[in-house]
Amino acid sequence: MKHTLVALVENQPGVLQRVANLFSRRGFNIDSLTVGTTDTDKISRMTIVVDGANTQVEQVIKQLYKLIDVLRISDVTNDRTVDRDLALIKVQATNSTSRAEIVQLADIFRGKIVDVAADSLVVEVTGDEEKISSLLHMLRPFGIKEMVRTGVVSMTRGAGLAARLGEERLEAAG
Amino acid sequence: MQKLNGAQILSECLLREGVDTIFGMPGGAVIPLYNVLHDYPFKHVLCRHEQGASHMADGYARATGKVGVCIGTSGPGATNMVTGIATAMMDSVPMVVITGQVPTYMIGKDAFQETDTTGITMPITKHNYLVMDVKDVARVVREAFHIARTGRPGPVLIDIPKDVTTNVTDFEYPEKLSLPGFKPNTKGHINPIRRAAKLLDDARRPLIMAGHGIILSEAYDELRQFAEKTQVPVISTLLGISGFPETHPLYYGWPGMHGMYYCNMAISHCDTILAVGMRMDDRVTGRLNAFAPHAQIIHVDIDPAELGKNVPTAVKIVGDAKQVLKLLTEEVQENPAGEGNRLAEWWQTLNQWRIEHPSLALPDKPEKMSSPWILRQMYHVTEGNAVLVTDVGQAQMWAAQHYFFARPNTHITSGGLGPMGYALPAAIGVQYGRPGEQVWCITGDGGFQMTLEELAVVREENLPIKIAIFNNNYLGMVRQWQQLFFNERYMAVKMWNPDYVKLGEAYGIPTVRASTLEEVVPALEWAHKQEGPAMLEFVVDPFENVFPMVPPGASLQETIESVQEVAPQLAKVAAAAGGSSGGV
Repeated sequence: MKHTLVALVENQPGVLQRVANLFSRRGFNIDSLTVGTTDTDKISRMTIVVDGANTQVEQVIKQLYKLIDVLRISDVTNDRTVDRDLALIKVQATNSTSRAEIVQLADIFRGKIVDVAADSLVVEVTGDEEKISSLLHMLRPFGIKEMVRTGVVSMTRGAGLAARLGEERLEAAG
Repeated sequence: MQKLNGAQILSECLLREGVDTIFGMPGGAVIPLYNVLHDYPFKHVLCRHEQGASHMADGYARATGKVGVCIGTSGPGATNMVTGIATAMMDSVPMVVITGQVPTYMIGKDAFQETDTTGITMPITKHNYLVMDVKDVARVVREAFHIARTGRPGPVLIDIPKDVTTNVTDFEYPEKLSLPGFKPNTKGHINPIRRAAKLLDDARRPLIMAGHGIILSEAYDELRQFAEKTQVPVISTLLGISGFPETHPLYYGWPGMHGMYYCNMAISHCDTILAVGMRMDDRVTGRLNAFAPHAQIIHVDIDPAELGKNVPTAVKIVGDAKQVLKLLTEEVQENPAGEGNRLAEWWQTLNQWRIEHPSLALPDKPEKMSSPWILRQMYHVTEGNAVLVTDVGQAQMWAAQHYFFARPNTHITSGGLGPMGYALPAAIGVQYGRPGEQVWCITGDGGFQMTLEELAVVREENLPIKIAIFNNNYLGMVRQWQQLFFNERYMAVKMWNPDYVKLGEAYGIPTVRASTLEEVVPALEWAHKQEGPAMLEFVVDPFENVFPMVPPGASLQETIESVQEVAPQLAKVAAAAGGSSGGV
């Protein structure tokens, strides 16, 4: 089963390597890993999607905790969360009919056309993984020339995680 | 404020951490560091190979409980220490490893003796640092020592570029630590401790498995008090040996691949296990799905990741062995020894196993010389007072089996990584840590040849270490496996050896060879009486095997005690596993 883990880590050189290293060293499979800054410049936030049995994921979390730079990890799989993935999709569009259809599809999925060339369009879309997969499915017949996805980032709704993370944030911020 | 360079700041911080002995070897990138060591009161021990320095620091740390320190230069200096760092990581040994690095402005340019040391050592250190600014040196050293010795101990590496050691800054010792991501829990929650006490009160066939954690947290008295209050038998892991006196009536041996037969039976039939400070290593558990099939397991460890990692547990207690055992002793009911002991029936069964399968029985007057018998004589000659530092392989197992360790922390060995060549350099470190004690290095001809260059250190420093080489002209443990599990197809195991008496002479270390039964005790007595170093070569039978043995992939219940049992037992194991025996 897929688990979504949210980790707050100290913004130190090598922290991404430590986390990635741990996954390969322990034989855990990462589906996606994203890392970015938070409101505090001393702390980065990772969203890690990992596939494995509950006991295995529990072991992942415990091993991650042993990394000195890791401040807090939460398994948000069963929490109410906002999950977002961003995709840029370059679709073949050699005539006006297909161009119009692609624009229409992008519109339905609340995507945007961010680049237009003679024979292609770039669609930008955000949403959960399922939504992006559905759009991809619809665009595939036109011919996908290139695609990139950021991987999912996740945030719990309401107070949940923010409260749990508060203490570490304050301390790391010094 | 005092202006100091990076090397001086490093040295000042080492002083404040209570460091007295440093093991290492200089080289290009650490010459500025060695330049300032002149001005500091550390005893520097010059290894002959950086692997030696890392094992020396490890031995020193295990012998004293203090943080061991070693230094190597960049590139090969660092890579040579990798084995020692991994050894310390696997066995939870507190160490600070200092490596030189090429100057900051040359990093990434493939400079002479440049290597990505933090990258290489990331998976084999508890934490590591590349210090890019002289202003960070003091903080990093302070943190490194704290991390190395706090919670589950382990090695921390500090990689320090050459220009960082020569750059100058104001030196201010950081009194306060800020490590928000590192807060090990040592005390242990009372709720699981109470649940554990209840399980133990109700148990009819309980067992304590005591690991390295007992020694690391110096929980000797707490373990003894708990065992004596409850009359629960104590078994130890290989690294737990000497955490509980082997001469104590409640001691029941050690289990696992070459553990006592009766011990493996006890695990297989007990109903409750209290596992303290151990990590359910495969050498201890045998085949996992058949490990302790009737037992509810209470697991106590300071590292939460160990709880439930390999075996399912009924009660998980995160905490330091010493503190948890103290609380647990308060919570459990007293069970009197002798009349009224509610474990009397269990003890009867245990004693019966031990009578029927003694495992460690040796004849007083054997017909020929054997390695187990030599080690038993060593126990008698040294009156059980020596500290044994053992290598890896057959001699390691025989030493653990046939020498009886009654005093705390007198059995020092590499259990997790198992690097051949560990014993001699580790024994040097142990001797520095415990200068008043007689330290014996127990090794085979294979392991000894991997690090024998450190004999020069023994001579140079006139360390009174007694070295016992069990020479069978084979890589004995591999030969044993080839004999038992690979149809006697011996490949790359027979080895030529130098003349060890002449080798000893060349190094200025008095050496005696014992090739016959009659020569054993006089040789041991001679070495025991030497004031300085002494070396013994025992020429032993190349076809000796270590028994008991749990074949790879087998369960503890399938322990074999002789060569004759191997074939039928293997057939049974293979049939149960559906054709393949598996295991390592």
